[in-house]
Amino acid sequence: MSDNIDPGKIDKLDLGIDSQVLEPLDVPAIRIRSQRKRLWQTFIRNRPAILGLFLMLIVLFTAIFADDWFIAIFQGRDPQPLLAPYDPLLQDPTNRLAPPSREHWMGLDSYGRDQMSRIIYGSRVSLLVGVAAVLIGGISGALMGLTGGYQGGKTENFLMRATDVLMAFPSLIMGLMVLAVLGGGLFNMILAIGIVLAPTFARVAHGSTLTVKENEYVEAARSIGSGNFRIARVHVLPNITSELIVLASIWIATAIRVEANLSFIGLGVSPPTPAWGSMIRDGTKYLFDAPWVSFFPGMAILITVLAFNLLGDGLRDVFDPKLQH
Amino acid sequence: MARYLASRLLLAIPTVLAVLTLVFFVVRVIPGDPATAALGDYASQEAVEALRERMGLNEPIIVQYFNFLADLLRGDLGTSMITGKEISELVRQVLPYTLELTFTSIIVGTLLGVPIGIFSAQRANTTADYIGRVLSLAGLSVPAFYLGILIMLLFAVKIPIFPAVGGGDLTDWKSNLSHLALPALTLGLIMTASVTRLTRSAMLNVLRDDYVRTARAKGLSERVVTLRHALRAALVPIVSIIGIWAASLVADSVLTETVFARPGLGKMLVGSIMQRDYTALQSVMVIYALFVVGINLITDVIYSIVDPRITH
Repeated sequence: MSDNIDPGKIDKLDLGIDSQVLEPLDVPAIRIRSQRKRLWQTFIRNRPAILGLFLMLIVLFTAIFADDWFIAIFQGRDPQPLLAPYDPLLQDPTNRLAPPSREHWMGLDSYGRDQMSRIIYGSRVSLLVGVAAVLIGGISGALMGLTGGYQGGKTENFLMRATDVLMAFPSLIMGLMVLAVLGGGLFNMILAIGIVLAPTFARVAHGSTLTVKENEYVEAARSIGSGNFRIARVHVLPNITSELIVLASIWIATAIRVEANLSFIGLGVSPPTPAWGSMIRDGTKYLFDAPWVSFFPGMAILITVLAFNLLGDGLRDVFDPKLQH
Repeated sequence: MARYLASRLLLAIPTVLAVLTLVFFVVRVIPGDPATAALGDYASQEAVEALRERMGLNEPIIVQYFNFLADLLRGDLGTSMITGKEISELVRQVLPYTLELTFTSIIVGTLLGVPIGIFSAQRANTTADYIGRVLSLAGLSVPAFYLGILIMLLFAVKIPIFPAVGGGDLTDWKSNLSHLALPALTLGLIMTASVTRLTRSAMLNVLRDDYVRTARAKGLSERVVTLRHALRAALVPIVSIIGIWAASLVADSVLTETVFARPGLGKMLVGSIMQRDYTALQSVMVIYALFVVGINLITDVIYSIVDPRITH
């Protein structure tokens, strides 16, 4: 798609990337694709990224439509399973650890609950914890790193030492500490993992900012009188974005894994709420006799994490102008 | 360089102090009374009160804090509330297991991750690159304990070449290494995935830079261009991710040690949480934290070596 552009408006356009696609001047009207459209086209050409988006949408769809909460809320009743074949809490004690069958595609767990229904409902916890924790950790961490790396001096020392203190605790141990103080529960888990992730983003943003700010164009911007905030926003941030996005994609995966780890240790969302991590934990006791109890939730984690990684890779290619040409 | 190192070391002191303070107060705001936890719910009020007195819990919090710091300075980690044993002795027994696991995993992760990442970047968007990316994604997608179980099933049960559980005898290198192999492979492979991804990403960034093109135009071999020009510039984020992973591996060893029933700091930590052994919990967290402060210090020093501009 191309738009006809009034040549008089050209000076208002960002020619940074699009100067490459300007048609020769003898064409009646200069055609410039909007930058957003170009980014979108780069993205949809990236097949792994589309696969990632597709898988992520499936997980999202599963999480939203696990039950009919959106109808139940208006009718004032409890939600009934919609995508999930059974109630995830319904026990069938006579068929404990039953293998996958036509009635129960992923078998039954040690309480005789339908595994597939529990995995479908469990997607809610994993997805919510993964995305919300990375949003909290990513935004606060990147701001800390960018500010520290760019400002230098006392601000840098203070912020980086603060991240040192937080990073001095490995993610799982930090998560354990925060949960020990706040107590369990979904919101505390999100907050705990967000706090765990923030220093990582801060350090990478800091390291990259230090390198970027030594570049001549930053010096040039400063010499023409650009303020600190403008330099950080216009020159430094776009240059460290691709690295932060790759990290964000890795860390949504990591957030889901930390959640699984905490659940594996037994400190996750309280039972009987289905969460993939605690399902694997339950399954490890029967690994040799009933491997499906751990296997399927593990696969659910794998697919969800894979989706975010593929998507993150695709976004990186889109946001990194150097790779576009 | 020496000045940078000295200032970095000096700056680590307040960090360590802040970490110790955080641990001290966190352990104290954990709900529940340590004395009651140690004696059980049915202990008499007198017994609980006597234990609180003996543990110094009736002192003002600030006095407890300085006692805690003074004890640490003397290397006294206190005694376990559950077993009554010296914690420093318990730590001395298990620390070597965690250290060898962490360092072996870092070596496995770096030696596999960096070359695979460079290889992938050089062949971006080819079949080889695609396979490398899929494998690294798979490695990132598997929880550490799950991969541990799968590796254990494969190399200890299906093809029984390594022992499935235990830590082996530290004085017998053969027993020690054979017990180390599977946990180190588990953590090493997980780290490899992340290092590969970031190395590839960082190398792709620099391989398209003008100075790399200039180096090629000068007629330098691809090997020299990649290793001496491109890799050097890509090293800052790579060192960063290895530093981050080194810290993360220490935590993941909690899970691996649990899966492989291996002695170590992680197993001690989980045990102290489950048994509500607050003195042991406090000591193990302090050791973990000091360990990671050390790793961060080393990462910063390596930063300044690979990118001298960073020393300001």
